[in-house]
Amino acid sequence: MQNLKTRGNSQPRWLFPFVLSAVVFLSVLPLGRLLYAGILSALKGDVWTLLRDPALWHATANTFSTSFFGMLISIVIGGGFALALTLADVRAKVLLSFLFMLPMMIPPQVTALAWVGMTGPSSALLKAIGMALPMGSPQPLYSISGIALLLGVQHAPLVYLSLRAGLMALPRDGIEAARLSGASSWRVLIDIIFPLSLPGLIAGAAIAFVSGVGNFGIPAILGIPANLLTLSTLIYSRFVGFGPSTFGDIATISTMIAVISVVGLAIQTQALKGKDYRVIGLSGQAATFQLGVWRPVVAAVLWLVLFAILVVPFLALCASAVVPAYGVPLTLKTMTFHAFKEILFTQAITRTAFVNSLMLASVTALGLLALAVLTAYCLVRKESRFTGLLSGLIEIPYALPGIVVSVAFILVFAAPIPILNMSIYGTIWIILIAYFSSFFAVSLKPVLSAFLQLDPSLEEAARLAGAGFYRRLVDILVPLVAPAAGASVILVFLIACNELTVSALLWSAGTQTLGVAIYNLDDSGSFDLASALSVLVVAMVVTLMLLLELMAKRLPKGVVPWRS
Amino acid sequence: MAKLILNRISKDFGTGRPAVDDVSLDIREGGFLALLGPSGCGKTTVLRMIAGFEEPTDGSIILGERLLADASGSLPPERRNMAMVFQSYALWPHMSVAENIGYPLKVRGITGEPAKRKVMDALSTVRLESYAARRPADLSGGQRQRVALARCLVTSPDVVLLDEPLANLDRHLKQEMEETFREFHMRSGATMIYVTHDQSEAMALATDVAVMSEGKLLQMAAPADIYARPEGRLVGGLVGQGAILSLPVPTSSHRQLDWNMLAPIFSSAAGDLQKADVLVRPQDVIVSAEGLAATVETALYEGERYAVRLRLDDGQALRAYSREAVAMGDRLSVVIRAGWRL
Repeated sequence: MQNLKTRGNSQPRWLFPFVLSAVVFLSVLPLGRLLYAGILSALKGDVWTLLRDPALWHATANTFSTSFFGMLISIVIGGGFALALTLADVRAKVLLSFLFMLPMMIPPQVTALAWVGMTGPSSALLKAIGMALPMGSPQPLYSISGIALLLGVQHAPLVYLSLRAGLMALPRDGIEAARLSGASSWRVLIDIIFPLSLPGLIAGAAIAFVSGVGNFGIPAILGIPANLLTLSTLIYSRFVGFGPSTFGDIATISTMIAVISVVGLAIQTQALKGKDYRVIGLSGQAATFQLGVWRPVVAAVLWLVLFAILVVPFLALCASAVVPAYGVPLTLKTMTFHAFKEILFTQAITRTAFVNSLMLASVTALGLLALAVLTAYCLVRKESRFTGLLSGLIEIPYALPGIVVSVAFILVFAAPIPILNMSIYGTIWIILIAYFSSFFAVSLKPVLSAFLQLDPSLEEAARLAGAGFYRRLVDILVPLVAPAAGASVILVFLIACNELTVSALLWSAGTQTLGVAIYNLDDSGSFDLASALSVLVVAMVVTLMLLLELMAKRLPKGVVPWRS
Repeated sequence: MAKLILNRISKDFGTGRPAVDDVSLDIREGGFLALLGPSGCGKTTVLRMIAGFEEPTDGSIILGERLLADASGSLPPERRNMAMVFQSYALWPHMSVAENIGYPLKVRGITGEPAKRKVMDALSTVRLESYAARRPADLSGGQRQRVALARCLVTSPDVVLLDEPLANLDRHLKQEMEETFREFHMRSGATMIYVTHDQSEAMALATDVAVMSEGKLLQMAAPADIYARPEGRLVGGLVGQGAILSLPVPTSSHRQLDWNMLAPIFSSAAGDLQKADVLVRPQDVIVSAEGLAATVETALYEGERYAVRLRLDDGQALRAYSREAVAMGDRLSVVIRAGWRL
């Protein structure tokens, strides 16, 4: 008789150690390094110098006020849309919700540029219709309320999604029962819908707040010119004005941001915990209120809000991109596509940025897909106590603001890598690694839910047919999760291609990304070029989102972030 | 093909109670074994250990001259040359029917004309020749089941495992598939192991029935044997219809009891004798002019007869069949033609 060396579980031996070390490298190492630097700076006493610095406390106050008021705006807009689109008989719900989700996927620096182009004294759009503020008057958005407003618009979809998930679970029969008991629509809203949807609302508000704290693009474009710094832009400005205590300072500030985020996320988790009413009643169909005569009014309000937060800013962005020079009024005669020609064909920097971003995004999307498939397989098939911990560790870098992740990787790679004795600091590789860390969770989620839906007997049948691990992977598993894998690639590409927060600290000459290019062009006064680049970015975002929308039917539930 | 031996295998998932506890089975070459038991009795775990999806915590599995698994390790399923029909059929939705059936051949490196011929042979066995190009999603439940069976057939496996394959089918299809399984077994000559909780399926198909309960093997025998001579209350209750009476039968007597032996037991008022369990099949309970007095509790019309539940005057229940209509509350007298001391 032969010796039975092979264990029955025929995963390759390297699989779990490989996944584990990937997670350690992408999550544990950078965050551990950040924590270590923070503790070290506290022990050395540097932290007291920082804590005595009024700039830090101004930035903290700014961060809290912008995030808090932004959160309130998100609750009003996102909550209103969620109620109207989930519970009321409004027409064109799919289109409305798709348009409402757009701000979430459009990079914040582009949103900020568009709004600046919409409101400022030199707004090409307002000048064209003769409504611009007089020259020399201050840009109204360069203020705490301006930043808060834009954060509110940017993160309203997060509240919408969270609240909508709760509202969708409301049992229709529960509401009908209340109506039969004699409650008016208004009473049903107050007595039934409001208490049942409160957890979703709190959770959404918490995410909106955390996202506001971590946002970099909006306070960078609106705050830095007016010297209004938030914690994330404070890190940036400390980093740009490099000094001896920079590493310790940015580590400490990042740790502060991380702590605020963790508290916010804990509130979100707590709000949703134990508040799952879904068990009661046969859900499936959300309740619908007949609006009656109010229907056109509600529809008009919804479209008007979308017009104000989406259409006008985009038109302003387009207008800014086609004016011949800053401040020149826009007419059909003066309109020019010079800026587009400039960024696509003439300017070396924007061309480099295109190449870098497309390359980084493609490599991240495909590389992470390979990692996500192996990780998802491991998480689903391996019965281990570590799987829960593992998925938690993957989630953390995505949940933390990008600026924290990039600071963590700066600390890891600032010194040359031991043994190899080479440095990747300042090269494109450090950006790539930070992207892998930041977007691992984005890539994993669709693939993991596809694996969870997969009947394990499909793989077992292949095993009995004689197929080894690689064979099963190629012939059975990958084809079966292919739609989710496609969604994962598009999502990661979409986010990675447009992000600014991670690369803002990690880029150097020759490794600019699109986000960095837009920010730098705006910073150096080339508003038209920045706008033109932004128009292209928006076009790309919308195209990719439409592509996902078309795939949505074949994907597991919850894969496309703006569909529920 | 060879004899499959399960030698004192156990499986403990760490839940405190072993899922399979010291089970030994010898399955002869070309045999058709039905593993019968209520859900949660460990029969599916035994099947999955034979397939190699689970490793026994103790004991060994041997196929002919090959050791498949023992406590130290286990041969992975892909190297066992077995095939399985899953409860969910487990057809790969992205492949056509022909690709599904041909996949085990493809993995073994058989391609081209020989592979095509084998696939068509397998398809004709299950009478689905014209469905080769369809996708599994376009097939009915019974057709999917037959494709899954054809996929097992194509590589002439040593052992074919069937995990409650009829659980998801309606009664009409069940009968048709039972026919297909029997035919398949005769043609292929493969050793087959069939897991079910439905005793009529097990009796109809298998050459041997193994009854399990709470992880333990209770009895293994041919269907007719296990029906006529079950061992113990559990097997007696699981296999076939019947009622179990508690009677003062001397343990030294024959286990097969007839009316001549039973009548004095009923009439004697021997309360101090130790009682034993006696299984009485409903067809052995005859309504007659004299015998035991009983009251009809329920009478269920089944078309060809009435299935009657009786209550004896001493309070014990009995099942019987009656050709004549009986109603609830009727008083009858019955004779027990045969009983089996468990």
